[in-house]
Amino acid sequence: MAVKIKKQGNSKIAIDMTPMIDIVFQLLTFFVMTLKIATAEGDFNIRMPLAAPRAGPPDPNQLPPMKLFLKADSAGKCARVVMNDSEFSGGDRWTRLHNHVAGIVGDGSLASSAEVELVCDYNLHYEHVIEAITAVSGEMRDGQIVKLVEKIKFSPPVAQ
Amino acid sequence: MGFKLKRKEVEQYEIDMTPMIDMTFQLIAFFMILINFEAAEQDSRVVLPSSQLAKPPEAPFETPITIQMTKDGNPLLAAEVYADRKALIPKLKNEVYVLQTQNSSAANATIIIRAHKDCKTGDVQDLIKVCQEVGFEKFTLRANEEIGY
Repeated sequence: MAVKIKKQGNSKIAIDMTPMIDIVFQLLTFFVMTLKIATAEGDFNIRMPLAAPRAGPPDPNQLPPMKLFLKADSAGKCARVVMNDSEFSGGDRWTRLHNHVAGIVGDGSLASSAEVELVCDYNLHYEHVIEAITAVSGEMRDGQIVKLVEKIKFSPPVAQ
Repeated sequence: MGFKLKRKEVEQYEIDMTPMIDMTFQLIAFFMILINFEAAEQDSRVVLPSSQLAKPPEAPFETPITIQMTKDGNPLLAAEVYADRKALIPKLKNEVYVLQTQNSSAANATIIIRAHKDCKTGDVQDLIKVCQEVGFEKFTLRANEEIGY
């Protein structure tokens, strides 16, 4: 017996897209509202090895550490910036400090051996320490960081 | 006389939703990628100082331990505030123990300090001293990238 196959018409199945679009927009809203645009962060390495007695005489090839004194006023703002015997004041003090360090270190070839020791007042606001580290550690040239001093360490804080 | 109303055929316009759905999914993918998964490390109480030399590190630290410091000088470790810096010592010793179980040591770990811009430098130095007592040697001070516009 022959089986008859009925020809089915090309009927379209309409899918209701509304719930999917609803969910997608809810997801989108969620991501937009939870998005927190964070600024990029960077690091400054500091050398703080455990206190150990220095063995033997100092290395003659090593530059002596440059002592940078940061003095604070009563409000914790940076009042005085002194490196060795040079004092830097005014609005461009960090630029002049940078130029001073660049004059000592040179073209950056001594960056790995040069060392800066920060001697800060206890109450000094931390942002001034970062300003000082920025001034002594290097500069931006054509979008690239050129290092001046890689070794930075702290002396014990000075009580006011 | 009766009026005869002609039935008008209602034309159905089908809107092609595909480009809209494509675009929406692309937006979702964009936001998912952009979302900062390291936000847990940040705390609204800590406003970092900014520096033009602060650039994101080229490679992540091998074993970083992030300690934050609020404006009042209170340290924050794993979202827990410590009123006393000495109270951090047991927690840090735990970290050292975990490092030792991984055949590492405190000397190999890096302490990332995220301190508020107006906190006292002495407090940050005291924090470093506490970490040194436990055996940590490598420290980095974190700052926001200063954008020149």
